[in-house]
Amino acid sequence: MSPTSPLTRTPTAQETRGRRDRSITDKDANAINRVEELSYDLKIHEVMTRQMKIASPEMPLANVLEILRINHISGVPVVKDSELIGILSLEDIVRAMQKNELSAPVSQYMTRKIITVASYDSIVSAIQKFSDSRLGRLPVLDENNKLVGMITKGDITRGILVALQKDYKEEEVRRYRASHLFEDIVSDRTTLVLRYNIKAHDFTHGGNASSHIKRALLRLGADPQTARRCGIAVYEAEINLIIHSTNGGILKLEVESHRITMSTTDDGPGIENIEQVLQPGYSTATEQVREMGFGAGMGLVNIKRCVDKMDIESTVGKGTKLTMRIYVPTENLNGRKDD
Amino acid sequence: MNLKKIIELANGHLLTPQTNINIEINGGYGADLMSDVLAFSQPNSVLLTGLTNPQVVRTAQMAEFHAIIFVRGKQPQAETLLIAAQENIPLISSPFGMFELSGRLHQAGLPSFESNESN
Repeated sequence: MSPTSPLTRTPTAQETRGRRDRSITDKDANAINRVEELSYDLKIHEVMTRQMKIASPEMPLANVLEILRINHISGVPVVKDSELIGILSLEDIVRAMQKNELSAPVSQYMTRKIITVASYDSIVSAIQKFSDSRLGRLPVLDENNKLVGMITKGDITRGILVALQKDYKEEEVRRYRASHLFEDIVSDRTTLVLRYNIKAHDFTHGGNASSHIKRALLRLGADPQTARRCGIAVYEAEINLIIHSTNGGILKLEVESHRITMSTTDDGPGIENIEQVLQPGYSTATEQVREMGFGAGMGLVNIKRCVDKMDIESTVGKGTKLTMRIYVPTENLNGRKDD
Repeated sequence: MNLKKIIELANGHLLTPQTNINIEINGGYGADLMSDVLAFSQPNSVLLTGLTNPQVVRTAQMAEFHAIIFVRGKQPQAETLLIAAQENIPLISSPFGMFELSGRLHQAGLPSFESNESN
């Protein structure tokens, strides 16, 4: 037996400090969050071991030692008349060996003070009991306090890994399907076009289209930075349509393997002086719009910062077309360069 | 800093009980101007704001905020709560004003996630 398992010993002060000093990256944070979520979602009965070895109180310790050795386990629950009355661990047997009493009955050396967990509880309650008690295995009782299984830290790790793998596979399948669009469908030039109708002055639904676009880009395999830039640009453009257009307009996303083009088109009122609307701080927005946190004259400035190319065409009385373009590094969107 | 701890420091009240508050928040950002939020914030932080309309949640989502705190005890519109629940973004109401709350969180070790350079 190893003297102290890394799972049960208390970390040294230096280790604790080291961990705090390490800054957590986005990626770490996501992984931790999902594992933490799972520790609440997964129930003990989903991960516990049901087929367990048990000992009776009359059994000689030597027999139990044999059970532990053959099954590679370090402890067994002791059951009398189908009721849990104790736990016998290797440590208890070692105590007996020191006194050369391996022929003594289990009841003489077993631990009677038992810490148990409920099968219907989340695994987080088992994790807490493991860390409080430093025990390696805990008996699991059902709602009628009957012994139904054992849980170890290994069971928890395995349960979480299986659940994570399932999550990962589901998202992978979705991503795979979407991101291979550009490889699986052969053409000289493949373009995926998404169109959204935006209503004028509909602030309540403002941003819904942008939210869908961002999600679509991530599914298509865009890197998070590109998706964020597109999301912010298209959101500002969507809000502009809502604030300024007479009859609403169309928001369009065109995805190609090497570039993403977003555009908004409306049929009025049109912009009189394009130079002027590009000035930071210039705004024609109403007080109502400003109260909502928009209309500070920063929308187009923001868009310009986010995209590689921005273009406005406008005729007063006819309408405005805003085009925004982001070039994608070749390895993203799984595309081959086609020009 | 854990969002739970931030809620504690803010004397906050979680308005979206179904969202997970056991998440790590890397920094803070405060503004009432949504274009500023979009332009100068960094992802994975908490947004402190006095605005309560649904656009705040959409803005937070686009700029990748992990939580929103409404300052001065403001209560969001029903639509705002709905979108936040859909998008799984925790909403919190704090009795403190923007300056007071920023100070408290910053002093407790939450870094400012306001960036001045353009990306």
